[in-house]
Amino acid sequence: MTLLLEATVADRGVDVALEVAAGETVALLGPNGAGKSTVLAVAAGLLRPDTGTVRLDDHELTGGRVVPPHARRTALLAQDPLLFPHLTALDNVAFGPRSAGVRRRAARDSARRWLAEVGAADLAGRRPGELSGGQAQRVAVARALAAEPRLLLLDEPMAALDVAVTPALRQTLRRVLEGRTTVVVTHDVLDALLLADRVVVLDRGRVVEQGPAADVLARPRSPFAARIAGLNLVAGRWSDGAVRSDDGRVVAGTPSGPVLREGDPAVAVFRPRAVSVFRDPPGGSPRTALAVVVTDLEPHGDQVRVRAGDLAADVTAHAAAELDLAPGTPVTFSVKATEVDVYAR
Amino acid sequence: MTPGVPRWLLLPAALGAAFVLLPLVAIVARVPWGDFDELVTSEASREALLLSLRTSATSTVLCVLLGVPMAAVLARTSFPGQGVVRSLVLLPLVLPPVVGGLALLYTFGRRGLLGETLDVLGVQVAFSTAAVVLAQTFVALPFLVLSLEGALRTAGERYELVAATLGARPTTVFRRVTLPLVLPGLLSGAVLAFARALGEFGATVTFAGSLEGVTRTMPTQIYLLRETDADGAVALSLVLVVVAVLVIGLATRGRTAARGLS
Repeated sequence: MTLLLEATVADRGVDVALEVAAGETVALLGPNGAGKSTVLAVAAGLLRPDTGTVRLDDHELTGGRVVPPHARRTALLAQDPLLFPHLTALDNVAFGPRSAGVRRRAARDSARRWLAEVGAADLAGRRPGELSGGQAQRVAVARALAAEPRLLLLDEPMAALDVAVTPALRQTLRRVLEGRTTVVVTHDVLDALLLADRVVVLDRGRVVEQGPAADVLARPRSPFAARIAGLNLVAGRWSDGAVRSDDGRVVAGTPSGPVLREGDPAVAVFRPRAVSVFRDPPGGSPRTALAVVVTDLEPHGDQVRVRAGDLAADVTAHAAAELDLAPGTPVTFSVKATEVDVYAR
Repeated sequence: MTPGVPRWLLLPAALGAAFVLLPLVAIVARVPWGDFDELVTSEASREALLLSLRTSATSTVLCVLLGVPMAAVLARTSFPGQGVVRSLVLLPLVLPPVVGGLALLYTFGRRGLLGETLDVLGVQVAFSTAAVVLAQTFVALPFLVLSLEGALRTAGERYELVAATLGARPTTVFRRVTLPLVLPGLLSGAVLAFARALGEFGATVTFAGSLEGVTRTMPTQIYLLRETDADGAVALSLVLVVVAVLVIGLATRGRTAARGLS
């Protein structure tokens, strides 16, 4: 099933075009309020866009006429499992088949298979109130799959779960999403890498970048993708061996990929570990020097991550103590041009 | 630990409780226990009690049949003038029952709005058992609508949306998700409606009259007995008090169950 979605929703400032190939899993990334959940609601038919179309293969779901949610076969799985509290886990999973007209016994048989598929066969007889968050979400995954959706929509399926149970559920999802047309909204870089074939980054209601997950995370072009990939990104124009941003930052770097000409929009991307931190600007070196103010310090592995607005530097704990860093301290972030990757925006 | 209340609130609270409970104690104290069985099993009393139970049960069923769709429409749709419609639907709650009875009389009575049409069809509603049921339904319906609409709003639409994306048609969603979720609210609403119907007096007397065995319900019987046979009135009152206490117990259990669910 190929999904084609083009929609504008004026009161949420969303104007998005999205394509998902048959059997492909696309991760929808973006900051809060970027319009990710709105896109899912439009795909599921829960929200009618002001203009646009939604097509699944040859079926027009939104456009001239609007197919109601129950006739779309687009199962939606949210953060909150939302299992029907009055039904057992088994009957929750059997709900989709039953609604499609399958007889009770056959629906339950199929529900048992799906529960086994997500490793929750032993939970069949339990009520939702007797399940932990992770168990409930497993059952909810089985319930969504049992409805045999043509398109599966996952809205931050692991955001509400204990970190201890997310890896196992992620593995399960990785297995069951194989070959299914799926859109998964996430904040998590691991979800993007492990579940998705391709990522689409939304910001303020627009698609700002997309591509294979590994490429986008290795060479982000949007601040959000850079942030979840744990990279520093300065966007601007390429001029005289450096990327110059609108707010006056100059980052010297080494271009890669297609040749950049003077004035081309470009991004400078560098790892926090490549950044050195100084109390006083280092003089007379070929390094980029960015005057910033420390906003936050946090432990990061065996290092200390020094945050200054949207930039970050990793230093040793010893160095952090020696520099006497604290939020509010003015410092200079310095990075060698050879450590800065520059490419077109 | 709960934050508690300022100590001076306890006195008026205790006074309020005493004000509610004391009359109950007073009436129980006046019950002529010696003749109790005889009084409540007299022909007239039995007839009144049975009529009350029968009509109240019927009007509760009517309330459910009409009130569930009303509550669903009020809670799950939005249309222009919805606020006004809701207020008008709930009007019988605050309307003096006598006025309600008059209004019913001018609707279904022989010279009423629909009376002539009904007359042609050979149906005469006023001063019949059917009138008792109509009067009780009229005053009890808002209790069910109010209680169920609240339950529907508390339950929210999220489960219904999930059910829809799983392929359930609106009717399936209503039957298999919405109704089971609000069942405790529906039960407590029905119990309240039953209690209100059982106690209904003003609208019944005005619209249905007080014909023994046909429209003379318990409250009417008690009111009439009060003049001639005070002991009988007290004995019958106790029966209604017991029923009311049972009803409150049921309704509270329903509501606790509803809270446990959400």
